[in-house]
Amino acid sequence: MTTLIENPPRPVSRTRRILGRNPLGLLFSAPYLVFVIAVFAYPLIYSVWISFHDFFFTAPGFEADRPFVGLTNYLTAFQDPAVIRSFGNVGIFLLINVPLTVVLSLLLASGLNRIVHFRTFLRVAYYVPYVTASVAVVAIWLFLFNGDGLVNTVLGPLAPDPSWLINSTWAMPTIAFFVTWKQLGFYILLYLAALQGIPKELYESASTDGAGPIRSFFSVTVPGVRPATVLVLLVSTVTGANLFTEPYLLTGGGGPDGASASPVLIMYQKGLQQGQPDVAAAIGVVLVILVLVIALLQNRFAGGRD
Amino acid sequence: MKKRQAVAAAALIVAALALTACSRAGSGGSPDKHGPITIWYSNNEQEVAWGKQMVEAWNAEHPDEKVTGQEIPAGRSSEEVIGAAITAGNAPCLIYNTAPSAVGQFEKAGGLIDISSLPDGAEYIEQRSGALSTQYQNAHGDYFQIPWKSNPVVIFYNKDIFKKAGLDPDDPQLSTYAGFLAAAKTVVEKGGADFAIWPAPTSEFFQMQFDFYPLYAAQTGGKLVVEDGKATFDDKAGDDVGEFWSTLYAEGLAGQEKYTGDAFADGKAAMAIVGPWAVSVYDGVNWGSVPVPTKDGIPADETYTFSDAKNIGFYTACVNQGTAWDVAKFSTSLEQDQKLLETTGQMPLRANLLDTFPDYFAANPAYAEFGDQAARTVDVPAGANTVQMLQAFRDEWSQSVIFGGKDVSQALADAAAKIDEIAKQP
Repeated sequence: MTTLIENPPRPVSRTRRILGRNPLGLLFSAPYLVFVIAVFAYPLIYSVWISFHDFFFTAPGFEADRPFVGLTNYLTAFQDPAVIRSFGNVGIFLLINVPLTVVLSLLLASGLNRIVHFRTFLRVAYYVPYVTASVAVVAIWLFLFNGDGLVNTVLGPLAPDPSWLINSTWAMPTIAFFVTWKQLGFYILLYLAALQGIPKELYESASTDGAGPIRSFFSVTVPGVRPATVLVLLVSTVTGANLFTEPYLLTGGGGPDGASASPVLIMYQKGLQQGQPDVAAAIGVVLVILVLVIALLQNRFAGGRD
Repeated sequence: MKKRQAVAAAALIVAALALTACSRAGSGGSPDKHGPITIWYSNNEQEVAWGKQMVEAWNAEHPDEKVTGQEIPAGRSSEEVIGAAITAGNAPCLIYNTAPSAVGQFEKAGGLIDISSLPDGAEYIEQRSGALSTQYQNAHGDYFQIPWKSNPVVIFYNKDIFKKAGLDPDDPQLSTYAGFLAAAKTVVEKGGADFAIWPAPTSEFFQMQFDFYPLYAAQTGGKLVVEDGKATFDDKAGDDVGEFWSTLYAEGLAGQEKYTGDAFADGKAAMAIVGPWAVSVYDGVNWGSVPVPTKDGIPADETYTFSDAKNIGFYTACVNQGTAWDVAKFSTSLEQDQKLLETTGQMPLRANLLDTFPDYFAANPAYAEFGDQAARTVDVPAGANTVQMLQAFRDEWSQSVIFGGKDVSQALADAAAKIDEIAKQP
């Protein structure tokens, strides 16, 4: 007869309970944690705090009264028609830019994945606008889309009047096309990487089952790159919602008459130029919440159950 | 697991609080302290040359109070860089490019020294700049900036284009709105210019200083756009100026699009609204200059305009404030003002400028008109909300005058109402 003796549970030290089984892991992740705290968490928490106070920037050591003002900054911001309009403008931008980015980058990546000749040249060609400074590229687009620019010369009588960048209807779509074109190279790279992960056998099976190239694209490629699609949706939405440089440079500060002003441009004007960082912070907080909601919806509907 | 998450969250909050506490105390400076200081000046070629020689001249005589001069660090605008430096506590002692529109905000931020509080502060400013100095006071009559130099704006016109259009290049008849509009039509129809004039039609707050404001100052004999906390331009003079510009845009005589180069230098526009800096810039253009127009025309020696001044800011981050004040006075002395004129062509904000430097203006007649005009200039309204006011004006101006989407008179009334509200804010 054998007697089973149960080992008594080893006492777990308090330090281990707090730091976990691999305390060294905490040390390794500390630099990133510090980065996230300093660059992301602290400014975010601070801007939420600013948005609920009567706040302005001051010199160190300067005593300034910064009382809690509740929702006053939010009311000030969203009673301004220019702020409301800027959210509408960026909505138009996202509606054009995000779907266009997803569709074009997937189609171009699929094409680039198949071609044999000039593959490297074409990949670089699509990537060049992405790595070129916006300031330089904007100048070219100004020449292209000005009243007497190349685009209007080609279109002749079909050119809009007033021209693209000073046309209330066309200014924001023009910016959306510009940003789509400029960022496309980056998203093509993401899709090219994702395409490498689709097994060749799936295409062969589809072909054996009688699927043509279009059917294969929709039945194999599109589901195969779904994680990349979710990433492209999220990244293009977040960067699009932060639109600033293009309306600042391309349409001269959100013109014509505010038709291309984005929330971040308005935040810049109010926060840095006009000395109202509290109102700018309120706009920023609402923008973050809206982007989070859109991102959650995108993840829910495009990301599938996994 | 939950405990570790709690530890991480606690660490995050503690770190955030620690960062919040990371702020430097005051500079510890005082007007009695002397020693080395740093100054910033503008980054254009002429002002850098002036700044370098001024620093060299000071350092030669004051080896124990060495001045280090450097260009304002690059940024979207000088005002943003200066604002960031104030907040960070690392602004230099003096900045020779402080825009009057930003002074109110810098004062509110505690970034500027009240020059009136120095024993000879206000006296020095008023002695040097005379009556012009009062518009650089804050609401309480204190000086938080040293008036330094102005760039009074006038109309430049291309004599070759005017001649080609059949207009007299020596008597262009631009003093009245009717004459200006007639000449504008002619130069576009017959002179080969794309537009008669092409001021930046963009939405930045400061653009009103180069279309509406000079003409409004001229039309009203030097009225500021905001006086005693009330907008002034919702009146007949404002409507006239608005209608004048509106006609130029509506008839395609002024460009609605942003031009990527210099429309006047490129011959795309027959006229430009510019300051004395333009004399050296438009070296290759056969230009003439006249004061900005008024509705019915007034003599040149009675015409006001926008000053486009840049002043000297004296910053609280400065430790050796005694030296800084001495340098400020040295750099605005008669000798240094003469050098500023000779090097940059910009007008020192001095009373009786023409009489003070008669030899310079005799030798440089192209600048004499600016020297005369410098005595009749207006600047932006004082206060912490100046930029907000100017942006409110610009938004209404863009909608109505430039793009014709609103009645001009109504737009000016709406802008005035907004500015009156903004002026009530602290």
